[in-house]
Amino acid sequence: MAVNQALPRALRSLGGGRRSPKPPDAPATHEPPLRRATSLLTRLRQDSPLLFMTAPAAIVLLLFTYVPLLGSVVAWMDYVPFLGFTHSEWVGWDNFSALFEDSAFWSALSNTFQITFLQLVLFFPVPILLAVLFNAVAMPMAKKFAQSVIYLPHFLSWVIIVALFQQVLGGGGVISRILATHGHKGLDIMSDPSTFKLLLTAQGIWKDAGWGTIIFLAAIAAIDNQLYESATVDGAGAWGRFWHVTLPGMRPIIVLMLILRLGDSLTVGFEQILLQRDAVGPGAAEVLDTYVYFNGVVDGNWGVATAAGLLKGVVSLLLVLAANKLAHRLGEEGIYQR
Amino acid sequence: MSSSYGRPAWLGKPKPVAVALRGLALVLICAVVIFPFLTVVSTSLATNRQINANGGYVLWPDSVSFAAYREVFDGTQVGRSLVISLLVTVVGTAFSLLCTVLAAYGLSRRGSLFQRGLLGYVLITLLFAPGIIPVYLMVKQTHLLNSYWALIIPTAVSAFNIVIVRGFIQNIPRELFDAARIDGAGEWRIFFSVALPLSKAVIAVVGLFIAVGYWNNYFGPLLYLNDTSKWPLQLVMRSFVLQNSVTTTSSTLPGQATVPAQSVQMALVVIATIPILCAYPFLSKHMSKGMLTGAIKG
Repeated sequence: MAVNQALPRALRSLGGGRRSPKPPDAPATHEPPLRRATSLLTRLRQDSPLLFMTAPAAIVLLLFTYVPLLGSVVAWMDYVPFLGFTHSEWVGWDNFSALFEDSAFWSALSNTFQITFLQLVLFFPVPILLAVLFNAVAMPMAKKFAQSVIYLPHFLSWVIIVALFQQVLGGGGVISRILATHGHKGLDIMSDPSTFKLLLTAQGIWKDAGWGTIIFLAAIAAIDNQLYESATVDGAGAWGRFWHVTLPGMRPIIVLMLILRLGDSLTVGFEQILLQRDAVGPGAAEVLDTYVYFNGVVDGNWGVATAAGLLKGVVSLLLVLAANKLAHRLGEEGIYQR
Repeated sequence: MSSSYGRPAWLGKPKPVAVALRGLALVLICAVVIFPFLTVVSTSLATNRQINANGGYVLWPDSVSFAAYREVFDGTQVGRSLVISLLVTVVGTAFSLLCTVLAAYGLSRRGSLFQRGLLGYVLITLLFAPGIIPVYLMVKQTHLLNSYWALIIPTAVSAFNIVIVRGFIQNIPRELFDAARIDGAGEWRIFFSVALPLSKAVIAVVGLFIAVGYWNNYFGPLLYLNDTSKWPLQLVMRSFVLQNSVTTTSSTLPGQATVPAQSVQMALVVIATIPILCAYPFLSKHMSKGMLTGAIKG
């Protein structure tokens, strides 16, 4: 081992080296460019430390990602915890048909799509507009301070954020009190089912819109300044520069983020909704994730809940692939290359 | 005013109206973020008398009193949950970072044995996430239910973090590794003496993100801990602060018959926010370098 390592690789590779295939655009790695065709055993001896290093992460992923993925077979079982995986009965597609006959499932699905739609329309543009605004601010101090402020909510837990909203918008909150002192009737937005979805979107914006600007600001910073110069020479005003230079420069990133968001269409703020579901009732607040949780963990319908979760996973994957295909069609890069 | 900031030559002099509007927009946006914090901090510092006079909230306390904080720390439940949260965060972050950084180095050398296969094995997990229920059943099978390891291990390894750290290690000049190898260092020695010291920055940022995740975790303990005495801070806060609006599935806390006073609730929220505020300057220092977005862009 020691001899192997101590000898300069370049010397050893003189004995008939073969170039390892390397794409021209690959980043520099610390892999020697010349490699002797060594036996598997020698390579195992050389690279075993690397394998040992990768082992812990690989084991955790195996236990809590790969095995649970296989465990999704519970969707075709009448799973009884007492009997376990081995003795529970196989029931074919019964869980799925039970799921499709459950009106609560359809209500959860409809809520999920409504919230996703609201987030796409109201939330998605906000970070883009904020990034453009921040880019236009010339004073570095003011910009830095404001950025620090708007990134902060991203790091707070949903429990804290719901508490803050409760304090400001709740029945005993600031706004309600101010209205009451001016003779209006107090309002309690926090427990009003009819505006609940808008409330969720507002909370989402408050928490993550600032954080979302980072990637768009990076995109704006990458735009070549000469484009702005030539646009100005051609007589473009501030609006013209924004429309013909800034926006097209951001387009790939915007499309990428849109694809990611579409792929997550069925995932809408699980913790956020779980915390507030009881205040407005499941009719307005039940989404797919909470349906799975309450059906499975709380009520013990393991099979049906797993079927719902599995369905969600499969549809999400298809959505990502479809959105990516659409991006390719429109001549954008998307998440991966064809 | 803004001309001193090196305006490019092609950009005309900004109109004062536009500058004023932008400034106003910035101030408003910041106010929307800061205002809720202000009421919470003020309410936690105000006296009960003032809160009652104002009907539940205070925008600016007349006199500062730390009674609420004293009361929070007198309650055994909160003190214990704070210690639990801190321990889970520290141990979890250490474990998670260990797995992540080791794997990142182990997968960083192209062409090492099984490297491609293992990398694929890690990356595929970005595409498929198993549902809540199968993971829960797995935690049950491994007898981790009602133990703190259930909060730590299942979420410890994220392919995304491994990719970020690995990308950073791959950008370290190759000559450094070659030099170490010529000097007779083995892989472990190279890892500890070359890779680790040089990737301190990325490890710090990823570590802080992991830590914030553990500190803020609310669903994990709700799912895996049945024992109220094991509750971390987020769950205790939920039952203290949101109790009057959200009826919890599990009954009220032992020894907590009444909803605590408004100022005590808000003190709890402030306490839960403080660790985040402490970590935040370090985070934003590295964030501003665009390191994370750089990693995302490939």
